[in-house]
Amino acid sequence: MSQKEWPLWEVFIRSKQGLDHKHVGSLHAADAEMAIQNARDVYTRRLEGVSIWVVESKHVHASNPDDAAAFYEPANDKIYRHPTFYTVPDSIKHM
Amino acid sequence: MQDTHTILLPEVTPEVRQQLFDYVLQLADTSLILAHRLSEWCGHGPILEQDLAMANISLDLLGEARSYYQYAAELEGQGRTEDDLAYLRSAVQYRNPLLVEQPNGDFAHTIVRQFLYDAFHYHLLVQLQTGPDRQLAAIAEKSVKEAAYHVKWSAEWVIRLGDGTDESRRRVETAINALWRYQGELTTPTPTEQALQAVGFVPGYAAIQQQIDQHVARVFEEATLAVPQGVFAQKGGKTGRHSEHLGYLLTELQYMQRAYPGMKW
Repeated sequence: MSQKEWPLWEVFIRSKQGLDHKHVGSLHAADAEMAIQNARDVYTRRLEGVSIWVVESKHVHASNPDDAAAFYEPANDKIYRHPTFYTVPDSIKHM
Repeated sequence: MQDTHTILLPEVTPEVRQQLFDYVLQLADTSLILAHRLSEWCGHGPILEQDLAMANISLDLLGEARSYYQYAAELEGQGRTEDDLAYLRSAVQYRNPLLVEQPNGDFAHTIVRQFLYDAFHYHLLVQLQTGPDRQLAAIAEKSVKEAAYHVKWSAEWVIRLGDGTDESRRRVETAINALWRYQGELTTPTPTEQALQAVGFVPGYAAIQQQIDQHVARVFEEATLAVPQGVFAQKGGKTGRHSEHLGYLLTELQYMQRAYPGMKW
C-alpha cells in the first residue's frame, strides 16, 4: 500500500426535515459508505441529524483568500441590492 | 445508576419467575461484558472515527444491560439493585456466553467477535420483541434499532478486512479460526432456556440459528471468506463455567465497588 492515510471527507448534516444540510466538519474514511457510517458515529451522537451528506474534500473547490478584495468589497456600497425598500405585510412572518 | 420507570412483571409461577430471572441476568451479563471489552478500546482505536464507533456501541450495550439488570432486580424482588447485580457477583455467577469475554486481540479479533455476536443479538431481539414478556419485548424493541446498526458496522468491517489487503485477510482468518468455536454456545439452550422455550418466553433457537447462518454466509461471501465447517462448539459460560479471561475482566470492572463499597460519584 502506497497510500497510508484514508482520504478526507466533508460532512453535511440536515438537523430537521425542511432545513438545509449544513457543514459540520470533516473526517477520514476509505470510501463513501464508511464516511457515512463514521459521520453517523462522530456527528449524530446527540440527536443532531436526520440526514447525512458526505463529499470527498478534494472535490470542494474554494475561492482564493487573495481574491477577497476583488470578490467581496465591490458589494459594500451597493445597498440597493438588498430588497429593503419593500414593505412587508404584517401577516408575513419569517422574512 | 438510578432511573425510575414502570417495570411490568409477568404473571407466572414462582418457578418460571426464577427461570426468567436467570435468563434476564444472562442477557444482562452478556451485554455488560461485551460493553466492557469494547470500552477497553477507548483511546486505543486504530483511528479516531472507529474509536468513537466502538465507544458508541459499548454505550448502547451498557444501556441495554442496565435495562435487563433493573428488570432482573424487580423479578428477584429481594431488594438487590442493578448495581448489586453488576458489581457484586463473582465470575462463576456470571452467565454470559464465552464469546463475549474473549480478549480484544487485534482489531480483526474484535471485529469477528462483534460480528458473530451482533448477528445473534439482532435476530434474537427481533424475536423477543413479539414475545409474551412485555418488559423484555419493550427492551428488545428499543435495542433492536441499535443492534441493527451494530451488525451493519461489524459486517462492513468483516468485508473490508476479508476482501482487503493480504495482511488484513490473514488477520481476519486467524480471528475466525480462534473465535468460531464460541459461536455455537449462543444458540445452544441451557436447561433454563429450554424450560422457558417450553412456555414460550424464550424464542426457539433453531429458527434463529438458520437466520444467523444465512446472515453470516452472505457477509462472508462478500468478504471472500470461507465459513468454517464442523468446528466443535465450546460451551460453558451460560452455566457459569468461564474461561480464565472473565476473572481479570471483572477485577477491573468491579474494583471500585469492591474497594469502596457503596461508593458514588
